[in-house]
Amino acid sequence: MTGFVIVLALFLISAILVALFRLHTLVEVIRGKKDERSGNSNKVNAALMVVFLVTSFVLLIWYSVKEFDNYNLPVASEHGVTTDQLFWWTMVITGVVFIITQILLFWFPFKYQFSEKRKALFYPDNTKLEIIWTVVPAIALAGLVLYGLLVWNKVMQPAPKDAEVIEVMGYQFAWKVRYPGKDKELGGYDYRLIDAVNAFGMNFNDRASFDDFSPRELHLPKGRPVEIKIRARDVLHSFYLPHFRVKMDAVPGMPTRFAFTPTKTTEEMRAETGNPDFNYELACTEICGRGHFSMRLIVVVHEPEEYDKWYAEQESWLSKNPDYLSKVPSDMKELAMVKANIAQ
Amino acid sequence: MDHSHDHEHKETFITKYVFSQDHKTIAKQYLITGIFWALIGGAMSIIFRLQLGFPDMNLEFLRPILGGWITPTGKLDPEFYLALVTMHGTIMVFFVLTAGLSGTFSNFLIPLQIGARDMASGFLNMLSYWFFFLSSVVMFISIFIPTGPASGGWVIYPPLSALPQAMSGSGLGMTLWLVAMVFFIVSILLGGVNYITTIINLRTRGMSFSKLPLTIWSFFLTAIIGLLSFPVLVAAALLLIFDRTFGTSFYLSEIFINGEALPQMGGSPILFQHLFWFLGHPEVYIVLLPALGITSEIIATNSRKPIFGYKAMIISMLGITVLSFIVWAHHMFVTGMNPFLGSIFMLLTLIIAIPSAVKVFNYLTTLWKGNIVFTPAMMFSIGLVSFFISGGLTGIFLGNSAIDIQLHDTYFVVAHFHLVMGSASFFGMLAGVYHWFPKMFGRMMDSKLGYIHFWLTFAGVYLVFFPLHYIGIAGFPRRYYSFTNFDAFNMFTDLNSLVSIAAIVTFCAQFIFLFNFFYSMFRGKKAPANPWRSNTIEWTTPRVPGHGNWPGEIPIVYRWPYDYSKPGAAEDFILQTVPFSETKESNLPHENELIAEEEELKNMKVEEESHGH
Ligand code: HEM
Ligand SMILES: [Cu+2]
Ligand SMILES: [Cu+2]
Repeated sequence: MTGFVIVLALFLISAILVALFRLHTLVEVIRGKKDERSGNSNKVNAALMVVFLVTSFVLLIWYSVKEFDNYNLPVASEHGVTTDQLFWWTMVITGVVFIITQILLFWFPFKYQFSEKRKALFYPDNTKLEIIWTVVPAIALAGLVLYGLLVWNKVMQPAPKDAEVIEVMGYQFAWKVRYPGKDKELGGYDYRLIDAVNAFGMNFNDRASFDDFSPRELHLPKGRPVEIKIRARDVLHSFYLPHFRVKMDAVPGMPTRFAFTPTKTTEEMRAETGNPDFNYELACTEICGRGHFSMRLIVVVHEPEEYDKWYAEQESWLSKNPDYLSKVPSDMKELAMVKANIAQ
Repeated sequence: MDHSHDHEHKETFITKYVFSQDHKTIAKQYLITGIFWALIGGAMSIIFRLQLGFPDMNLEFLRPILGGWITPTGKLDPEFYLALVTMHGTIMVFFVLTAGLSGTFSNFLIPLQIGARDMASGFLNMLSYWFFFLSSVVMFISIFIPTGPASGGWVIYPPLSALPQAMSGSGLGMTLWLVAMVFFIVSILLGGVNYITTIINLRTRGMSFSKLPLTIWSFFLTAIIGLLSFPVLVAAALLLIFDRTFGTSFYLSEIFINGEALPQMGGSPILFQHLFWFLGHPEVYIVLLPALGITSEIIATNSRKPIFGYKAMIISMLGITVLSFIVWAHHMFVTGMNPFLGSIFMLLTLIIAIPSAVKVFNYLTTLWKGNIVFTPAMMFSIGLVSFFISGGLTGIFLGNSAIDIQLHDTYFVVAHFHLVMGSASFFGMLAGVYHWFPKMFGRMMDSKLGYIHFWLTFAGVYLVFFPLHYIGIAGFPRRYYSFTNFDAFNMFTDLNSLVSIAAIVTFCAQFIFLFNFFYSMFRGKKAPANPWRSNTIEWTTPRVPGHGNWPGEIPIVYRWPYDYSKPGAAEDFILQTVPFSETKESNLPHENELIAEEEELKNMKVEEESHGH
């Protein structure tokens, strides 16, 4: 239905345009105009400039206000609040420039449309003006750069020592997550050890691997710094958590990282958005093949105590795939069974 | 020049219209090829906009064209969606806006505006076009092969583009893409060398660099950027070819795909991105600068005012040229690159916004107190400035690395570069065609149709690209086949439909232009000698300039190209060929002193006969 209305509107607009230009051709013919330079089309176009300016500003403001809650994604991380502030400050500064320059751009043509009676002002240059409008933008931009640098350096800081470390791996076309287990240390991996079951290529010569676990969803504690270790197995992917303002490419052969602190649990966000089915999501933002648009993983943020409880309950990867005990060197088997919590 | 007509006709159809060495013919060949590609690239965007705007639509009616790429349920194949996006980007950036815009107008205007008989080497110039043609043929064929054309995005990041097992488009399609691009780059380099030598060596008497129209300055700097940056893309492509065919590992490392661990170790996909964007960012200015040059000329002419700040305009373009080489990594803030590098590139990126801002203010001041004639070319130029503002300002968001974390690879980027690069340059191209059509074909295009074309396209472009900002701020990733998989992105369906409808209308409006273009070519009103009352010297040639451009001696140039509405002068324009000795009533004090030099210019030896006529 909306589609139909829009088509109709566009059709009408074109019809009006055609009619306008036809009409004034007629007028010109009747008046016997000879000089194209001062023709009516000049007036029509000049007027349309102003019409366009006003209409588009009205639409712009109306839509931006009406849809604000839709496009302004609620934020759920500490640094996200500061990057959002930077975003909106940039919006204010560029917005002012946008409004002033666009108004002038359409107003001048209307105001100074051709007239036989007038002569344009011969005004080839003015060094003072040029300096002013080099220096003023330079100052404004310097401000934005400084502000940006402060925020950027803070966001990119190494995570504190006690951060929760979680590994996320992208592959065609899904994500896998791995937690370090009770020893809080991720085991080593090697891509040559990857097979249909051992998707991470976990290396069982490394004792840190024994208690690692791999749940279906990404679970995070509220209020604690987390450091995500990001990698990819086949092609580039990109780890994107829209509500947390987190994005980092997943690169085969070059692990990357992103540290942040979630500030709202899934439950809290459900209350805030008034949507009982709300879920945080992980998406891929680097083209990776036919399934690029479907690389979704649910992210769950818990209260810290709840998170610890959940963490303690997880079964190790090894205990779920006991066949891989055979890959453990014989002198570590016992340790592995203890750490992985496998009954003798 | 007076060959017998018969003789010429018989043996020259091929040399006159096909393997021509005349810069005007070559320019038209570029233009026609560019228009052809614009239609293909535009049509592709309509198909994928249908998918995005109307996800439930049955696309069965496209089966005759797309064959197996329409699934049995009447949907677009997701991999072919990516192929369309990739080819659309490649075609628009390289074939339409680099070859079609720069190729057309550099070729057409450089000799005509600097006062030369032709390009420095007509033969290399001809080769340049035919390499472009060859490249076009290869790229065109790649669209129809069974495994589909290249599909990894126009930036062809490996490993996706290096591994045929990652997607079918990375097989033969990618090979053809690389071959086509190598031919394309050869074409650009041949053209660029020619433009630069011609501008440096073949200017007519009196045409010093300080009297060059801004169009020529922009073509000159564009050619320099191209010459310095395109070879880097060749290097990047070459290493990619090695990785694809000889098992090297420049870009590949630790890859497990399709149940198999590849032997390559130690390569870096990031290396490719650095090499690609070392061309990629300058490329956006290769596309944009000629458009800005064309607009400067048209806005000054139709405001009947000198361009404000001629020197400042040149300095800004020089600044943009230099800076465009040192901002490339702003496309890579979140690739895992060292954050310190991110800080440096943020600083440099925001510096490049300053010369861009200066240009905008200068355009506005040129309009101020003008006596503005709305030719279709002028309308499109004003439209260009509007897009340049809208799209340039969003660059300030993206250039700030902390904001780019969220916006990178979302629709916000799509909105940004389509306005600032895509639409602005496209409008520059249209403005150029409307303005110089009379010189190309000796006839006028219909201006009423031009106005209708302008208003539909202008409103259409904003309706297509402005809404994408909202979608981008909401976080929608680009290059997504559909958004229904995610709760966060499963909205704005109405807005997406509106965008698609606007895209269709805008695309259809281009047929008004096409009709006008081809109809006027044969049936248009005969053009007067100087239809826009312009100062530059191409308007002193015959209505349809023949080979060699000026029948007699090439005119001498005495003044800069922007003496519009000079106080004291009877007319509101003074051609560059009018000596100061004839305009005593309007000369500025320092110009009276130049009268003494006029005799010298007239006595200068004319060296053009070495060109071989
Ligand atoms: C003036 C002419 C400009 C052109 C032609 C242009 C063109 C482009 C293009 C084509 C892209 C898309 C890259 C992709 O496929 O991902 C892009 C992205 C970008 N542009 Fe511009 N741009 C211009 C001005 C600016 C300005 C003034 C700035 C900053 C002050 C800027 C900053 C950026 C940044 C940072 C990105 C990367 C965004 C991302 O990948 O997330 N651009 N630009
Ligand atoms: Cu992806
Ligand atoms: Cu760039």
